[in-house]
Amino acid sequence: MQKFSAFSLARQALGRHLGWQPQWRSVAPKPSYDIIIVGGGGHGLGAAYYLAKQHGLRNIAVVERGWLAGGNTARNTTIIRSNYLFEQSSSYYEHALKLWEGLSDELNYNVMFSQRGCLMIAHNVHDVQVFKRHVYANRLNGIDNEWLTPEQVKAFCPPLNISPNIRYPVLGGALQRRAGTARHDAVAWGYARAASDLGVDIIENCEVTGIDRDASGRVTGVQTTRGPIRAGKVGVSAAGHSSVVMAMAGIRLPLQVNPLQALVSEPVKPAFPCVVMSNTIHAYISQSDKGEMVIGAGTDSYVSYTQRGGLHIPAHTLEAICELVPDFRRLRMLRSWGGITDNTPDRSPITAKTSVPGLYVNCGWGTGGFKATPGAANLFAWTIARDEPHPINAPFTIERFREGTLIDEAAAAAVAH
Amino acid sequence: MLLIACPYCGPRAEIEFAYGGEAHIARPGPGVTEEEWAAFLYLRDNTKGVLAERWRHSHGCGRFFNALRDTRTDRILTTYEMGTPRPDIKEGEAA
Repeated sequence: MQKFSAFSLARQALGRHLGWQPQWRSVAPKPSYDIIIVGGGGHGLGAAYYLAKQHGLRNIAVVERGWLAGGNTARNTTIIRSNYLFEQSSSYYEHALKLWEGLSDELNYNVMFSQRGCLMIAHNVHDVQVFKRHVYANRLNGIDNEWLTPEQVKAFCPPLNISPNIRYPVLGGALQRRAGTARHDAVAWGYARAASDLGVDIIENCEVTGIDRDASGRVTGVQTTRGPIRAGKVGVSAAGHSSVVMAMAGIRLPLQVNPLQALVSEPVKPAFPCVVMSNTIHAYISQSDKGEMVIGAGTDSYVSYTQRGGLHIPAHTLEAICELVPDFRRLRMLRSWGGITDNTPDRSPITAKTSVPGLYVNCGWGTGGFKATPGAANLFAWTIARDEPHPINAPFTIERFREGTLIDEAAAAAVAH
Repeated sequence: MLLIACPYCGPRAEIEFAYGGEAHIARPGPGVTEEEWAAFLYLRDNTKGVLAERWRHSHGCGRFFNALRDTRTDRILTTYEMGTPRPDIKEGEAA
């Protein structure tokens, strides 16, 4: 692996940049691996990396139906934060946030993690009460979160309109200063490069079509469009296609997929200093380093695998944003797209063993999986390597829906997030 | 935006409707196991393909009905009244 540094950049510049090597090896599948990760997004690639790095395992493959990180890793709005209400959730997301803080150094890859702060805007009395409860709960758990008055909101994010006369007035906001954004592709590429360097085979254009099991029910491998591959353990991290892949092993999941849409504006000069979220009007805004305003919309209501949704959903978000940030009224939108989000009934993820020996699943991240990428990858690797969950992801089982031990972030936020 | 044919009112825009999730999930009787009850409450097929689902014409007649929709294309194959069995329509066939 070529190490990236100012020195290597200068040296390659002198060689007219002809000396760069591919960042990961392109390989054909071997007949057999110790562990196969299904799904080459950030979570899957990261899990392979941590299996190799932290658990000393080497004979690992990541199989991906399309190209690397072409699903939700490429389709999210890159918001990273850990200010979730319940202790189980905030522990999990805080574990991820701490890994984000060291990720560029760890991977020798600039993931452009920018802790510019995430401001969650309250528009009504209910929002104010809920967000203050979040602030207090987070602080009890040692996670930074603070309450801002409308004037403080305006000082932190000057483009916002805090007039009391608009349809959704700003009554205050909860600010997590350590929250921010990162470059979504870089995360996947950085993990792929580091994992490949540790011997992980990354196999693209290889769709899993079946999961093989022996007479005792134990997983023995997968069938793919590039032939059968034997494996001792299989970890499924397939996001929107989790239900489809797990059905191959006879497992039904508490998941429903919905389209989630996002859009970006034309690039403009730096005009928006932080991440602003409004759960009430389903608006999520930040400015990318390229200059585009990155805008997340709400989910479409119905089950769909199409990666697109109705125009009325982003239109609703844009109407609200135009009132909240009047400067944006003349911005032109450049692109819009959709992703398939896998939502659990309590809007908390599943990172767990399954009832099938040797089969593990990391799914249910819904509309908020990107922020968890390093944490989910790290704990999914732990769960696979040791055949038992880490204490942080131990509550995030499939069985919690039978036991009634839900981690009800859906009720906590009154919105998918 | 989907164009949905309410069996009572005819074709209307999606914004008139509320989604009701997977159809034909019967509530199990008393004395069920925890597994059966959890499955009824939470487990879903989440079908990639033709899905039977419930809609409610909440801003129209207010009535529930079922639809068959291909979740790979979002094309609605047919709609039918609650309480009637799922029509035997395969993907690619029109209603």
